[in-house]
Amino acid sequence: MSNASTSSGPRKPPITAVGPIAWVRNNLFSGWLSTAVTLALGYLVIRLALSFVDWAFINAIWSVPSNAQGPQTQVCRDLQGSGACWAVIGEKHRFMLFGTYPYEQHWRPALACVLFVALYIISAMRRFWRWELALIWVGMLTAIGVLMWGGIFGLSYVPQERWGGLPITLILATFGLAFAFPLSILVALGRRSSLPAIKVLCVLYVELIRGVPLISLLFMASVMFPLFLPEGMNIDKLLRAQIAIILFAGAYLAEVVRGGLQSLPKGQYEAADAMGLSFWQKTGLIIMPQALRMVIPPLVNTFIGFFKDTSLVLIIGIFDLLTAGKTAIVEPAWQGFGVEVYVFIGSIYLVFCYAMSKYSRGLEAELNRHRRR
Amino acid sequence: MSASADLSYVASAAQADAPPAIELAGVNKWFGALHVLRDVNLAVAPGERVVVCGPSGSGKSTMIRCINRLEVHQEGRIAVEGIELTDDVRALDAIRREVGMVFQSFNLFPHLTVLENCTLAPIWVRRTPKKEAEELAMELLARVKIPEQAKKYPGQLSGGQQQRVAIARALCMRPKIMLFDEPTSALDPEMIKEVLDVMVELAGTGMTMMVVTHEMGFARQVADRVVFMDQGEVVEVGTPEQVFNAPKTDRLQLFLSQILRGH
Repeated sequence: MSNASTSSGPRKPPITAVGPIAWVRNNLFSGWLSTAVTLALGYLVIRLALSFVDWAFINAIWSVPSNAQGPQTQVCRDLQGSGACWAVIGEKHRFMLFGTYPYEQHWRPALACVLFVALYIISAMRRFWRWELALIWVGMLTAIGVLMWGGIFGLSYVPQERWGGLPITLILATFGLAFAFPLSILVALGRRSSLPAIKVLCVLYVELIRGVPLISLLFMASVMFPLFLPEGMNIDKLLRAQIAIILFAGAYLAEVVRGGLQSLPKGQYEAADAMGLSFWQKTGLIIMPQALRMVIPPLVNTFIGFFKDTSLVLIIGIFDLLTAGKTAIVEPAWQGFGVEVYVFIGSIYLVFCYAMSKYSRGLEAELNRHRRR
Repeated sequence: MSASADLSYVASAAQADAPPAIELAGVNKWFGALHVLRDVNLAVAPGERVVVCGPSGSGKSTMIRCINRLEVHQEGRIAVEGIELTDDVRALDAIRREVGMVFQSFNLFPHLTVLENCTLAPIWVRRTPKKEAEELAMELLARVKIPEQAKKYPGQLSGGQQQRVAIARALCMRPKIMLFDEPTSALDPEMIKEVLDVMVELAGTGMTMMVVTHEMGFARQVADRVVFMDQGEVVEVGTPEQVFNAPKTDRLQLFLSQILRGH
């Protein structure tokens, strides 16, 4: 290539301006201060990583012998914290995942969890976004209910008090968000309604629910609510907690959705009106599709928050994943191995929450294609 | 000028003793305490092209927006195709089906493709089968000279192209009346002509049109009548020659001198 052609046509940028080398130079070593900070932080990160690997893998004990008195955890105690005692997970994982559900029936909650995950995966795929998906939900959730309760198809009956662990967390989160999300859309629309009664009702709902902690709402659902019921009538404790979570999540999501509604220019409403679309056509075809796309990040933020907040049911004695983990280490032999248990449980929460976050980023990019030029 | 086949239905509306396409009688409107429309009287005959002009804040946009009830008037009578605008939802739906509107800021639906923008209302409001709606949309997109953009999103088009899509979208409902609310005010100068060309062509088909615009060239070319509004009142009505060449009022003279100075 001659010099003449490079001056007329577009040229590639110099090699020092693009690529990994340029990135490292610009971001990590752009001056003496930046170089010093990079080296110091690099040292710290490597030290931490190495000691974690030591603790979690190299010094870890994966199983302990067992005799007539139960598991012998003395080897673990001798480590004095220099290594993880993963034996507790091996020993107790069934209890943490499924709580006090009858041991020989554990395949039932396990299958229920698999069905939940399958339901999430199907719902996440856009090609299944048709009205038939609602039928799949009803079918799957019925199947999960049958599995958990039993009492028919030769499955033994298991009362709800014995459920626990991961299925409880998934039930609370799934039903919670599946009902709270539509509720929040209605409330957000209601807050913008021109009918004063509906508007006041929606504002009251949001402000009242948002103004109290979830814990107090759960307490009310579990302790106070039964006092108001007529003698002999009893509503399942899990259901009461579920309703409290739905109401709570609904109020928060409603504000997120309302934020989306407010970001739409007035012209979108006017154009839809001028074309003669009815209120529900306008809302369903023009307003909501745009408003919800706009608020995917805060929406998923709230979803993730509520997935973890389901663990607050521990205060009213429902055995969700976290409570089951806490209870697992009450046994004297395993006392003191909380870190391992919480790492295990934390990583289960992390898998679900990270999956939501990752999926939402993909969805956001895909649904907002129209905003790219 | 020959009316093209797909819009020939509007010609049937232009019968001699048909009721006015649009009729405003003694219309008053207030925004809070602000009196924005004052005793507006105006009748537009079927097939007539009316251009409304006036200084900003004169109420011309408000008036045109009252015709399909994007704004609600408080006194007087507005009737479209003989149907009076009241709180009756069915009457309003009937009117909105017959009246197409083009906005200053286009107001295309950004999450739908150009084609979907055009077929949405025919499918959901007129219950036209999807295939038929798409055929009509493609035909009208061809008329506004952008059939090749049908699969794109509005955000990928230029302002002029977006406004032409907006015109096609309104025409897809096969309206008898088209309202234009400053259709070229948000456009760059080089794009104004492509939109005006489409509007001139539409005027040639015999469509009843009411256009709020400052484009005096367009008014002279296609308007049957020009309405001059100021401070919420209709001040002068006449042919383009009468209004532009022989203004009777000081207010119109002042307005014309300001417009001409600006150009």
